Amino acid sequence: MITAGIDVGAKSVKIVILKDGDVLEQAKTLVGFDVLKSAIGPFENALEKAGLSRNGIERVFATGMGREAVHDKPPINAEEVVSVVVADAKGAFHIVPTVKTVIDVGAEEGRGIKVGPAGIVKDFVINERCAAGAGTFVETMARALEVKVEDMGPLALKSTQTIPMNAQCCVFAESEVVTLIHSKVAKEDISRAIHDAIASRISSMVLRVGVEKDVVLIGGAALNPGFLPPLKKELNTEIIVPEYPEYVGALGTAIIASESEEG
Amino acid sequence: MAEMNTQEYWRWPEYRHTVLDKDWHNSKIITAGVDVGSVGSKAVVMLDGELYAYSAMRTGGVSEATAVKVMNWAIEETGLKLDDLHYVVGTGYGRVNVPFAKRTITEIACHARGAHYIYGPTVRTVLDIGGQDCKAIRCDERGKVLSFLMNDKCAAGTGRGLEVFADLVSVPIQDLGKVSLSVDEEPQPVSNTCVIFAKAESLALLRQGWPKERVAAAYHAAMADRIVDLLMRVGVEKDFVVTGGVAKNAGVIERVERLLSIKSLKPNIDPILAGSLGAALFAKALYEKQIGLR
Repeated sequence: MITAGIDVGAKSVKIVILKDGDVLEQAKTLVGFDVLKSAIGPFENALEKAGLSRNGIERVFATGMGREAVHDKPPINAEEVVSVVVADAKGAFHIVPTVKTVIDVGAEEGRGIKVGPAGIVKDFVINERCAAGAGTFVETMARALEVKVEDMGPLALKSTQTIPMNAQCCVFAESEVVTLIHSKVAKEDISRAIHDAIASRISSMVLRVGVEKDVVLIGGAALNPGFLPPLKKELNTEIIVPEYPEYVGALGTAIIASESEEG
Repeated sequence: MAEMNTQEYWRWPEYRHTVLDKDWHNSKIITAGVDVGSVGSKAVVMLDGELYAYSAMRTGGVSEATAVKVMNWAIEETGLKLDDLHYVVGTGYGRVNVPFAKRTITEIACHARGAHYIYGPTVRTVLDIGGQDCKAIRCDERGKVLSFLMNDKCAAGTGRGLEVFADLVSVPIQDLGKVSLSVDEEPQPVSNTCVIFAKAESLALLRQGWPKERVAAAYHAAMADRIVDLLMRVGVEKDFVVTGGVAKNAGVIERVERLLSIKSLKPNIDPILAGSLGAALFAKALYEKQIGLR
């Protein structure tokens, strides 16, 4: 059976086409002004690469903050929408069957999920729309530091000392970063402080549902190498990062589509 | 060649004032209060418990330097010297950095005391919206704090958030409130949980072709929602008053009043001074105690 999962996130759309449990194609793009339009491009792209048409896909399900934009909307016509937390757990379980805790850090939201047998959600916690607990934090700080966002992680890894950041809000942290720049603190150390801050914020959220091994980190922030070391340290555990951490929600959605009853 | 727009819309004007019909030579007790806030610093001089001179300026990088500067600016035209002040109390976010202050007192106590002076003994609920925090304070007929709640970890619903927004829409911060009230119909508020997201949403609305006024209305409405949430948790009892820099933003205050169905009392004294006024009044009481008058 062929199904597709579309994850319409705050910043990017991810698409996974699944055949009998294996990924046929995956594609992603940034969300533009028109969310549906943004999703159509990579969707058709993935279909083409897989040599399929929309009719060749049995079911398309959608998840993510913007999932309603593709729900029953042609040409994508997602039949059903599923919650991000459920999709995340399912996708992470598919890749790491021993998973007990999923940490999903996207552009605008962070989530901690306790996963039960067969990838069901036992408990979860969300940091709703506070930039300090999500990927946007690093992006905003990158602007203040005048560093490309993809360079932030590698920069942090070069730091030789830890400096504390007091601000817990992105806007206040921005002022704090400017003060640090003026006090001639090295960009490497500021970048590390920024990653330490977001890791501490995420870990205190995740600790509310409890952390049990195996721990899997997914979402776009998992692509940032500067984020993993402080998060491991804060949670005092090993953390598994899948090869394509940003696609896990879409993957889980495609799996749910394949498992759903006809109708 | 096109000129780059370098205007800083967030920059609110600094000011000072002396009450000219008063002469400090005729007074018994001269006290001062310095409120070093995260965004603005305020200094007040009182003669026998009556407002005499004040100043308000932006807090610079070094709080100590700002504290000295704002105090000296307040007494600039009075002929007073720092040594002439009998007692100085520091308050606010940077209160430990007021080098010439004999004591520091929390801004919660000072704002309640200052609101009592500005608005009178009928005040029961004080909403203080400053640069970096928002406080809801319940107080008694003597201006004593009974309970309070504050939001100090998030910029949403604070003056700093408004500064960010002023730059986004290129409207001077002192005009923002008025501009936000010039809409015919109130739009849906933007996100009220985070300034970063509210800013991104506002930008998207501007790109969709929304006029500045309407986007400003959506932003102010979100701020008001958040502020009212805080107020409801501490409970609102009449009379209700607003202090701090954002008290001057009618767009926020009128929306808060609408949501609460309560009007706030209108001040005769600049409400940004509430904290420093409270500090100067505490300074008077402390000085009286020191010299054995109390």
